[in-house]
Amino acid sequence: MEYKIIERRMIVPNIHELVVEAEDVAKSVQPGQFIILRPDDKGERIPLSVSDYNPELGTVTAFFIEVGESTSLLALLKPGDTIPTFVGPLGLPTDIENFGTVVCVGGCFGIGSIYPIARALKEAGNTVHVLLEARSQYLIYWKERYEELVDSVFTITRDGTMGYPGHISLLPDILKEKNIKPDRFIVNGCTFLLNRTSDVTRASGVKTIVNMNPIMIDGTGMCGVCRLTVDGETKFACVDGPDFDGHLVDWDEFRQRRLTYYDEETAPLRKSGTGTEYHCKLIR
Amino acid sequence: MAEEKKKKSKIKPNRVNMPKQTPEERVRNFDEVALGFTEKLAMEEASRCLQCKKPKCREGCPVEVRIPEFIGLIADGNFKEAAKVMKDKNALPAVCGRVCPQEEQCEKLCIVGVKHEPVSIGRLERFIADWEASQDTLEYPKIAESTEKKVAIVGAGPAGLTVAADLVVKGHDITIFEALHEPGGVLIYGIPEFRLPKAIVKREMDYVQKLGVKVKYDFVVGKTRTIASLLEEYDVIFIGTGAGLPWFLDIPGENLNGVFSANEYLTRVNLMKGYLFPDYNTPIKRPRRVLTFGGGNVAMDCARTALRLGSDESHIVYRRSKKELPARGEEVENAEEEGVIFDFLTNPIKLVGDENGWLKGAECLKMELGEPDASGRRRPVPIEGSEFFMEADAAVCAIGNSPNPLIPRTTPGLKIGRKGNIEIEPETGKTSMERIWAGGDVATGTATVIMAMGAGRVAARSMHEYLSGGEQENDIYVKQ
Ligand SMILES: Cc1cc2nc3c(=O)[nH]c(=O)nc-3n(C[C@H](O)[C@H](O)[C@H](O)COP(=O)(O)OP(=O)(O)OC[C@H]3O[C@@H](n4cnc5c(N)ncnc54)[C@H](O)[C@@H]3O)c2cc1C
Ligand SMILES: Cc1cc2nc3c(=O)[nH]c(=O)nc-3n(C[C@H](O)[C@H](O)[C@H](O)COP(=O)(O)OP(=O)(O)OC[C@H]3O[C@@H](n4cnc5c(N)ncnc54)[C@H](O)[C@@H]3O)c2cc1C
Ligand code: SF4
Ligand code: SF4
Ligand code: FES
Repeated sequence: MEYKIIERRMIVPNIHELVVEAEDVAKSVQPGQFIILRPDDKGERIPLSVSDYNPELGTVTAFFIEVGESTSLLALLKPGDTIPTFVGPLGLPTDIENFGTVVCVGGCFGIGSIYPIARALKEAGNTVHVLLEARSQYLIYWKERYEELVDSVFTITRDGTMGYPGHISLLPDILKEKNIKPDRFIVNGCTFLLNRTSDVTRASGVKTIVNMNPIMIDGTGMCGVCRLTVDGETKFACVDGPDFDGHLVDWDEFRQRRLTYYDEETAPLRKSGTGTEYHCKLIR
Repeated sequence: MAEEKKKKSKIKPNRVNMPKQTPEERVRNFDEVALGFTEKLAMEEASRCLQCKKPKCREGCPVEVRIPEFIGLIADGNFKEAAKVMKDKNALPAVCGRVCPQEEQCEKLCIVGVKHEPVSIGRLERFIADWEASQDTLEYPKIAESTEKKVAIVGAGPAGLTVAADLVVKGHDITIFEALHEPGGVLIYGIPEFRLPKAIVKREMDYVQKLGVKVKYDFVVGKTRTIASLLEEYDVIFIGTGAGLPWFLDIPGENLNGVFSANEYLTRVNLMKGYLFPDYNTPIKRPRRVLTFGGGNVAMDCARTALRLGSDESHIVYRRSKKELPARGEEVENAEEEGVIFDFLTNPIKLVGDENGWLKGAECLKMELGEPDASGRRRPVPIEGSEFFMEADAAVCAIGNSPNPLIPRTTPGLKIGRKGNIEIEPETGKTSMERIWAGGDVATGTATVIMAMGAGRVAARSMHEYLSGGEQENDIYVKQ
């Protein structure tokens, strides 16, 4: 099949917005779900979270960070180009109810993908606070969109160029200062952020839902590569998730499994001279 | 009596050998192992058939291929007619001739096989299919006038493709919905190139599409759209989604790096062409020492794939003995020739990793065979104190699959069996829901290609009956 690229642009350094025409997906996708695409006929199948969708126009938006071979091919796409595979929506949607007060945490591509979740939570009557996390101010996007939508938006940047200076570990202090008493956390983004946020909310006992991103192939429960351990049980992220309770995930195992193809995946980068030192937290 | 004698004396006891790549050669490539009969060899083998009046062989074939007829035509050199006779019963002879477990089916009952080697029915079937494909004169059946009935088929495996081919010629409007980006089901993602070249699957698929069948890839029914939503648009639905959910052994250490399901291992290699990495982009591990758990066709495929990817040692670890191996005899033999090491009566109890979470090996127990179990095979029982360690840097679980729960979970009203299979009426393929049929592995659990095709044929017949009869009802509805 062929799916038309409507838009592909770098929204902040190394993070690209991708809008694809895929009517069937656009009509059925719900917040928290993902799609799988292939950049070309020899490409691998890579999963991306859905960040927005328009059933009328039949378009689906995702953000991707350029980390390896497949995402660098995606980064070359221009409006009007086509890609051969775009399948979805996959995974279970994020649980949306009126929980009371919800804090949505987004980092990296998760700044985009937490958007439909925040919107749905708002529609369900929640008080919604959004925390955007990045290394620096220039990596934050869509802040205005959130400001129009939710009750409050705040940011943490590691270099202090926007919002609170530091790490996600500041979260409990910030909430205390703002007198926010969440009933639930929902986190989207790289493994590092999911893991660390779960760690810092653990003491509070407030349920923390993380949108997991293991290696995948089919996304339909057929291959089992996406398995992880949650509360001592093996789960397939593509059909049982990707949302899980972050306090119950076996994080060591999860991080380890993501590295299965590290050597193979980074070989072409090393060869091309772009990836000699490779510290992206999406991978580690 | 005298005639019987005469017949017997004419029997050539041994099969004509089919040329194969040598083991040394083939473990270094992914090309097909068996090279197929030449015309001369095929005619010679065909002449071994006694042309029985009551052919036993036919009773062993789930789709009742007219075996003596097509073999007789090959013996006469009338290949064109032979191909026709074959296609009449079996839409995918190039596939079945290669992967049917013939020694359990048609060839098991062949009369010649009572005293000698049975006639190579499968190899002749393969020959005739390949011959036809090489002729460039593929004949297409006539398509009946359009009935304007819409049929949705879920899954482009052998079951779904058979339903599509059978119903499109009746004039119905057929759309197949397939989750992956290529058609064929297990034929494309499971069975390796060296056993079933993908060009053949593609050829069969092209044929079905030329008949007018539409295919929507990247479409996961139960996700992209539900069965209920398809029912609004289509008159009838066939579910042929196979048995794709992999089982693991349920022992400690199964999530270590280097432990794969057979589906993952084979999908990376076959569907995603991992063996051509980095030209193709999906990576595959090339470990030194691989253990494959299981003893079926799937296990053989994994163990032989490992050798082709360059592993030094590839083991099949099976808890019963050689006699109980469920794989096709031919493939066990091929695996042995290629140097796969068989560890029989061995059962892994724990997978052990290094400090970084990579597999180091498996702790195993020696087994012995006890009383027969429900399946009639002798049950393996552990020998106490026989623990030993097998070193390995990769392990593949090839112990079975069950049907995928995506559709059952999203289709209230569909009756599901204890093993997650969709329950059907075997004579018709009808499910518990109006206008929905099912068949193949999704109904039976993992079976064979030919069984799935047989189930497709049965369902197609019943669906056509419904569609032809249903017309009246519809008219009445419109008039009201
Ligand atoms: C449910 C889900 C949602 C995701 N959403 C997003 C998103 O919205 N935006 C985004 O930028 N990334 C997302 N990811 C991660 C994204 O799929 C990987 O970044 C991408 O596959 C990397 O491909 P690559 O070839 O460019 O890099 P590679 O060179 O292939 O890989 C770099 C590293 O990425 C990881 N990786 C490789 N292949 C896969 C794969 N098929 N699935 C998951 N991880 C893989 C591995 O750890 C690998 O070492 C998501 C992953 C999952 C499972
Ligand atoms: C490695 C391996 C080796 C084998 N070797 C042999 C052999 O030598 N001989 C033999 O006779 N048999 C063999 N078999 C078994 C045989 O392949 C199967 O019995 C047969 O393919 C079943 O056909 P099917 O049409 O029922 O399902 P499948 O072939 O499994 O096809 C099902 C299709 O449905 C699609 N699908 C699933 N869910 C959905 C959904 N929700 N929406 C849309 N599409 C969906 C799948 O992607 C797939 O394409 C082997 C199986 C394996 C795994
Ligand atoms: S379809 Fe299979 S069982 Fe039937 S004749 Fe051919 S090889 Fe034998
Ligand atoms: S049983 Fe054997 S000999 Fe008889 S018709 Fe069949 S293949 Fe020929
Ligand atoms: S991606 Fe294959 S089972 Fe989840």
